[in-house]
Amino acid sequence: MTTLDNRIDFYPTNEYQGIKYRRGRVLPFGATLVPNGVNFSVFSSAATSCTLVLFNKNEEDPYAEIPLPDEFRVGNVYAIIVFGLDYENIEYGYRMEGPHDPQNGHRFNRDIVLSDPYAKAIGGRDTWRDISGLNRNYPFRSRLVFDDFDWEEDNPLETPMEDLIIYEIHVRGFTSHPSSGVRHRGTFAAIREKIPYLLELGINCVELMPIYEFDEFEHSHENPDTGDLLVNYWGYSTLNFFAPKAGYAATGKYGMAVDELKTLIKELHRNGIEVILDVVFNHTAEGDHRGPTISFRGIDNKTYYMLTPDGYYFNFSGTGNTLNCNHPVVRNMVLDCLRYWTSEYHIDGFRFDLASILGRAQDGSPLNNPPLLESLAHDPILAKCKLIAEAWDAGGLYQVGVFPAYGRWAEWNGKYRDTVRKFLKGEHNTVGQLSQCMQGSPEMYLHRGTTAGINFITCHDGFTLYDLFAYNEKHNEANGENNQDGCNDNFSWNCGWEGETDDLAVNLLRHRQIKNALTILMLSQGVPMILMGDEMGRTQYGNNNTYCHDSSLNWLDWSLVQKNFDLLSFARHIINFRRQHPILRNKEHYSNRDYKESGYADITFHGTKAWHADWSESTTVFAFMLDGHHAKNGFVKDDTIYVAANMHWDALDFELPQLSENRKWHLSVNTSMMPPETFYPLNSEPALENQSGFIVGGRSVIVLIGK
Amino acid sequence: MGFSVKKEIFEKYTALTIGGSLDSSTAPQFGEEVKQVVTQNPQALVLYVEELSFMSSAGLRMLIFAKQKLGTTASLILVRPQEQLLETLRMTGLIFSVNIVDQYPE
Repeated sequence: MTTLDNRIDFYPTNEYQGIKYRRGRVLPFGATLVPNGVNFSVFSSAATSCTLVLFNKNEEDPYAEIPLPDEFRVGNVYAIIVFGLDYENIEYGYRMEGPHDPQNGHRFNRDIVLSDPYAKAIGGRDTWRDISGLNRNYPFRSRLVFDDFDWEEDNPLETPMEDLIIYEIHVRGFTSHPSSGVRHRGTFAAIREKIPYLLELGINCVELMPIYEFDEFEHSHENPDTGDLLVNYWGYSTLNFFAPKAGYAATGKYGMAVDELKTLIKELHRNGIEVILDVVFNHTAEGDHRGPTISFRGIDNKTYYMLTPDGYYFNFSGTGNTLNCNHPVVRNMVLDCLRYWTSEYHIDGFRFDLASILGRAQDGSPLNNPPLLESLAHDPILAKCKLIAEAWDAGGLYQVGVFPAYGRWAEWNGKYRDTVRKFLKGEHNTVGQLSQCMQGSPEMYLHRGTTAGINFITCHDGFTLYDLFAYNEKHNEANGENNQDGCNDNFSWNCGWEGETDDLAVNLLRHRQIKNALTILMLSQGVPMILMGDEMGRTQYGNNNTYCHDSSLNWLDWSLVQKNFDLLSFARHIINFRRQHPILRNKEHYSNRDYKESGYADITFHGTKAWHADWSESTTVFAFMLDGHHAKNGFVKDDTIYVAANMHWDALDFELPQLSENRKWHLSVNTSMMPPETFYPLNSEPALENQSGFIVGGRSVIVLIGK
Repeated sequence: MGFSVKKEIFEKYTALTIGGSLDSSTAPQFGEEVKQVVTQNPQALVLYVEELSFMSSAGLRMLIFAKQKLGTTASLILVRPQEQLLETLRMTGLIFSVNIVDQYPE
């Protein structure tokens, strides 16, 4: 009988220096395990030859270099199957020969061993900040991975977008602090230990800041004032798009990072929590013409990067280079990559860093109909994935509200962030815009629905929520750039004192403002996102650009759970309030009509007088009512919800709209009160004694339920 | 560091006592033993690993291989793994695929 193992193409035809091989298969790109061997395939449009370089792990020099015969090239793809390799112990790379002609876009250098753009794992940074690999030649070597993980019944969760509550996490920052109490701090395994915390908080999606392999030592330098080593902590500088960051795995040093990450994802899914990756396709870690040649530059510079007419690098990312995303080959790489993470890692969605770059042509000009964005939107494998754009770039393209969406893409709603911040600090002329924000920004997303916008007040980039109310100005001196880095438009207010203080009144006001912010966020239509630690008052001491600090400045201090328990318990309440009330999670925008004939429109606006919203320039109050008959666009019945936000410095008397059907107003949240009267547990809300009016404290928000 | 494997066949289970270092050079030998064991359709494969001082990723992959070969009806049992192995099994999630016991049979 002829079995698959006996097929002739599973046996070598050639031998070179004792290594047996044969012509490979051109697809898929990368290294793929095949019977008896490994298939290597790599593309280069301008290389004149390609040599496969094989290393044993932990050895400085290669043990074999196999020049690929010209007959192994099909078109611009070199492919070879090598037999008898020790899968676990090898690392590989390529030497590409070709012209070194920068003016025409070519920067080939056969002296360098290049990592494979399609490698599924990269060696060299197996343990976070382990300096032993620093002086190695060609430190970032490609490795093989195995597809034998037991997912059992797991699949991406496909939670409806409007029901998501996203929690942005930095893998190291979440558990690196000694107070985290986990066994392997700063790792994927450690996040697993914190799943009970996430469940109690109530979020149902974590967004992981970059976990593609990067070099934490890139541009590392000492802080001249403190002597601290400043590193590439955030990781927005990709070495390879298919490989997970091995140093984020406790088992990275055993070569088991892939399994550890998959186990984390499987466990999160088992607990109903989705996983979104923050992906960086706008640039790579190779920098501009002065940067290191690691992979793409040496494989095919002209294909992978956007180049100026004289062969230098366009810099729309602010980091030196720009990935040539709308070149058909690069476009396919991005697509292959996302398909891989979706199918192999069961990732639920992606947030694209500086996504506007993905809509630029090869000459840098913005495209009307960017093929990459369209391909991703209509891809059959990504069909159920969340696609979220950071809809701007460092080259001045700002597309919030107009990002090419193809009915799929959502956006980080930067206008929401700025508007809510301005309102909370009491700025005039914000209420009209705020009313749009709380409805899911229909002025921008009228035909895209509420889920086109990811609502956030803070994210990793900028102040934490606590710092938003503790600092008027950024304090980035520790970054060693004379406080010149980081955003200047923070719309923050320090509540009367810059930085830490013992002043009880200031501290109480800060806590109240955090509760106000969380309430507005959780009661807005759209998809809310919370920054890790904001629920417990995490501070970065006024630093709004902490990209380089692997220290307690960035690490979540878990002692804040006790210290700021009032904040945490409030956050748990308001998150769960959102989850319990479908009226807050409509997919389509409110229509301002009573299409259920309940006697009330789906949303109505009010001021200190019921039914009389104050849209004047100088107002700092805003109230609205959501009629429960219109929950989930009329398909579900919910309670009626009334929200009044008073950002005036003093208390104001709000007249309440009258309820029909013998229903009464009940108090859920009053941020002006001290615990335990700040909020009442679900279904234990007390009825108001006065059903016609409520005195809302200065800089406070109330939430009432009509039932 | 050497590697040793001893096989014993009982009525309801097959036992492999393994010691030394299970790494990429010794994993194939272990894999062959596992292949032979599963052909006998045991109800359980019991691995006595108390004397196993090191298991590399190749060894861990062999546990996955063994589990997949045994199928869903037979169990994979590890008796007295050393702490480092136990911790690696926890971190990689492989602990969900095996049963850890102090002695077998009980």
